[in-house]
Amino acid sequence: MSAKLPVYMDNNATTRTDPRVVEAMLPYFTEHYGNAASRNHPFGWEAEAAVEEGREQIAALIGASAKEVIFTSGATESNNLAIKGVAAMYKKKGNHIVTQATEHKAVLDTCKRLERDGYQVTYLPVDKFGLVSAEQIREALTDKTVLVSIMAANNEIGTVQPIKAIGRLCTEKGVLFHTDAVQVVGKMPVDVEDMGIDLLSLTAHKLYGPKGIGALYVRKKDPRVRLEPQIDGGGHERGMRSGTLPVPLIVGLGKACEIARLEMPEESARTFRLRERLRNKIMGDLPETYLNGHPEHRLPGNANISFAYVEGEGLMMGIKDVAVSSGSACTSASLEPSYVLRALGVGDELAHSSIRFGIGRFNTEAEVDFVADLVVREVSRLREMSPLYEMVQQGIDIKKIEWAHH
Amino acid sequence: MPYSEKVLEHYNNPRNVGSFDAKDPSVGTGLVGAPECGDVMKLQIKVNPDTGVIEDAKFKTFGCGSAIASSSLATEWLKGKTVDEAMSIKNTEIVEELALPPVKVHCSVLAEDAIKAAIANYQQKQDTEILADAKAEPVGV
Repeated sequence: MSAKLPVYMDNNATTRTDPRVVEAMLPYFTEHYGNAASRNHPFGWEAEAAVEEGREQIAALIGASAKEVIFTSGATESNNLAIKGVAAMYKKKGNHIVTQATEHKAVLDTCKRLERDGYQVTYLPVDKFGLVSAEQIREALTDKTVLVSIMAANNEIGTVQPIKAIGRLCTEKGVLFHTDAVQVVGKMPVDVEDMGIDLLSLTAHKLYGPKGIGALYVRKKDPRVRLEPQIDGGGHERGMRSGTLPVPLIVGLGKACEIARLEMPEESARTFRLRERLRNKIMGDLPETYLNGHPEHRLPGNANISFAYVEGEGLMMGIKDVAVSSGSACTSASLEPSYVLRALGVGDELAHSSIRFGIGRFNTEAEVDFVADLVVREVSRLREMSPLYEMVQQGIDIKKIEWAHH
Repeated sequence: MPYSEKVLEHYNNPRNVGSFDAKDPSVGTGLVGAPECGDVMKLQIKVNPDTGVIEDAKFKTFGCGSAIASSSLATEWLKGKTVDEAMSIKNTEIVEELALPPVKVHCSVLAEDAIKAAIANYQQKQDTEILADAKAEPVGV
């Protein structure tokens, strides 16, 4: 069986909506289109029932109770609400937040805004695999710390943080713990009770659901977490997030969570096997390739590989039939390469040479083989075209050359 | 952002990839950019010392598709030009020919820099050669 082109292998960016999810959503556009807040007629009741079923399905996936699930527009909003909401609500208790360097911008930029508003934020460094430890967090806590926010897994390098150890520490210290778990939910088991999580952000489109819907888990007891709302209005979602609920999207998120819960063990084992197949083929055939992130503590479907002497965007052009992403600066508007790879201490030249492969539910073995062969062929071609590769072949140490930085 | 047809064409069929012996006195080598910045271009010209015409040109580039296309195009344009004519190649002409978007203008700037660096290297060699020749001439015998 051959691969159908183009191949989508960027599942850490977003995922294809599962057709079963779309099917579940459809009736809520044209038949059951009521407002879940309408208490006086069947249209409203149907919508409310669908919303509550969605809430149950999400809660079941993360070991929460349905009442603890707040709907948002996605993980960016969930992160904003969790961090700003806690900061404002617990202002009298303290003004210090602990997070780490490789968080998503939705966390980092939220923290930066709070800093401008007078809060103190500690951005912990990570080790060469992208890991932060509970011990680092323990040392960073002060009597003014109100929140620790550490992502469950990184979107670029796939490193999975020791969430349970961090959660236990926060519980012990009486500090609220938020985790941006968008990459992990539906891919690896999450249990907010067992892991000591007080707030958790998730989004539908990373787990084969629709874009535009996410949720924030907000612990209701031991402790009861309170949030200052960031959007005022009709007092929906226990007053934490006003706005008419997008019923079809909620049905989609719920269905996506249900499928993930039932199929996760088999699916994660399969995406892990495919990822290892891809990684072994590529790294076995090409010298001077480096896996970024942790070799074991990582998302099952993620492989982030640097190809020395080949620029990432140039390589992406060569594998244009494959949708992946790169830590190269050329792919973004800024001139800086990936801040995540930099935080790991990966040199800028290797950061420019990195490609992120994100394998998901719909990828096949034939696609993995096609991609591996294509990557090996293109990297070899581009290395033959690379002045850096030529210099290294000639025994020149390219680190010792005085480059004219532009 | 999709690439222009011309960038794709050069990327898929790069002209004049390769190297000359950098020690050859008729060869000028320009090496510009930096690995940390994501672009390095090596551009070489081979000049007929009698006519001053660039008879051949080669490149190797570490960079994005636009950087590869810019240097490939540069080698095409250099061939057959005199050194003086080559000096007048402007990055804006490369931008126009390859339909580079604003974020890729730096690739054309780098190509122009590489051309100038290669010519400077060639001219420097000629100067030292004249100097060496002068030194080789026994003086006052």
